[in-house]
Amino acid sequence: MTDRNSTAAQRVAQAVPGFPIDDNGPVFREPWEAQAFAMTLALYDRGLFTWPEWAALLGAEIKRARERGDPDTGETYYRHWLAALERMVAQKGVADASTLTRYVEAWDHAADRTPHGAPIELRAEDFGRG
Amino acid sequence: MTTQDHHHDHDHSGGSELSEMQLRVRALETILTEKGYVEPAALDAIVEACETRIGPHNGARVVAKAWADPAFKKALLEDASKAVATLGHLPRVGEHLVAVENTPQTHNIVVCTLCSCYPWDLLGLPPVWYKSTPYRSRTVKDPRGVLRDFGVTLPDSTEIRVWDSTAETRFVVLPMRPAGSAGLSEDELAKLVTRDSMIGTGLARAPGAA
Repeated sequence: MTDRNSTAAQRVAQAVPGFPIDDNGPVFREPWEAQAFAMTLALYDRGLFTWPEWAALLGAEIKRARERGDPDTGETYYRHWLAALERMVAQKGVADASTLTRYVEAWDHAADRTPHGAPIELRAEDFGRG
Repeated sequence: MTTQDHHHDHDHSGGSELSEMQLRVRALETILTEKGYVEPAALDAIVEACETRIGPHNGARVVAKAWADPAFKKALLEDASKAVATLGHLPRVGEHLVAVENTPQTHNIVVCTLCSCYPWDLLGLPPVWYKSTPYRSRTVKDPRGVLRDFGVTLPDSTEIRVWDSTAETRFVVLPMRPAGSAGLSEDELAKLVTRDSMIGTGLARAPGAA
């Protein structure tokens, strides 16, 4: 199904400035996007939020990004998605921004001490090192 | 480092690096896992389902069945969520799914101007262009022009209807059955149904046009 559709997408890309070319896959550009998507579905399945709630939050996030000058061509879409998910998780009292930051820093530390190519795993010692 | 478990790799620049987005996703996943909100295995299953089990082929099956079975088509146009459920799908976000039928008189095209509401359960994940501002805004203003860009030219006599999805209602287009497809099985018909034809930015393939 790539043949015809990808040519069509290329035509659109030429016709509309900033229009991203669709490679016609079910479209995750990077694995983290799929992970963010999966977490959202899992939390929805648990009843943490409704789709109208999600749509409102994501819509607001995209709007804010556009106001900051994001071209919103679709390439940054999952960035907005993840930001909305972080906001949702905070709003629902699951984890606030400072907790998220602490874990981000811990993962950053874990990555630093892990030799290239080895699986990166989080340990207690990774926390509190900033 | 003289401890017993020292690393053999002493190259300090040889550490690993995660991008900001990777870090944030890992952080969130760790927290949600620790708090019991998600299970990593379940997340993997969702990702895998997005890639393989829920792709546009689910939607293609629905369309093929509607082409082949007039009773199913009628049910689909009356209540798409209910009709799709009879096929054994487990709609995740498509509780309020509406199917709109293309005819020689009317061509339907789906857009979401708020964010990107999309029937994932039928069509897989939305294509990048669907989520882009140019597509969203131009389709509302100039659907015929957008269709032309996609290589679809319709007669002037065909009315184009634009459907704006919301979080409550998602649309899927029932494309016209292509000429020359009489006598094909449902499986063969399903191969003629593209994702774009179910968004309305394309037409179903002609048989033999691979």
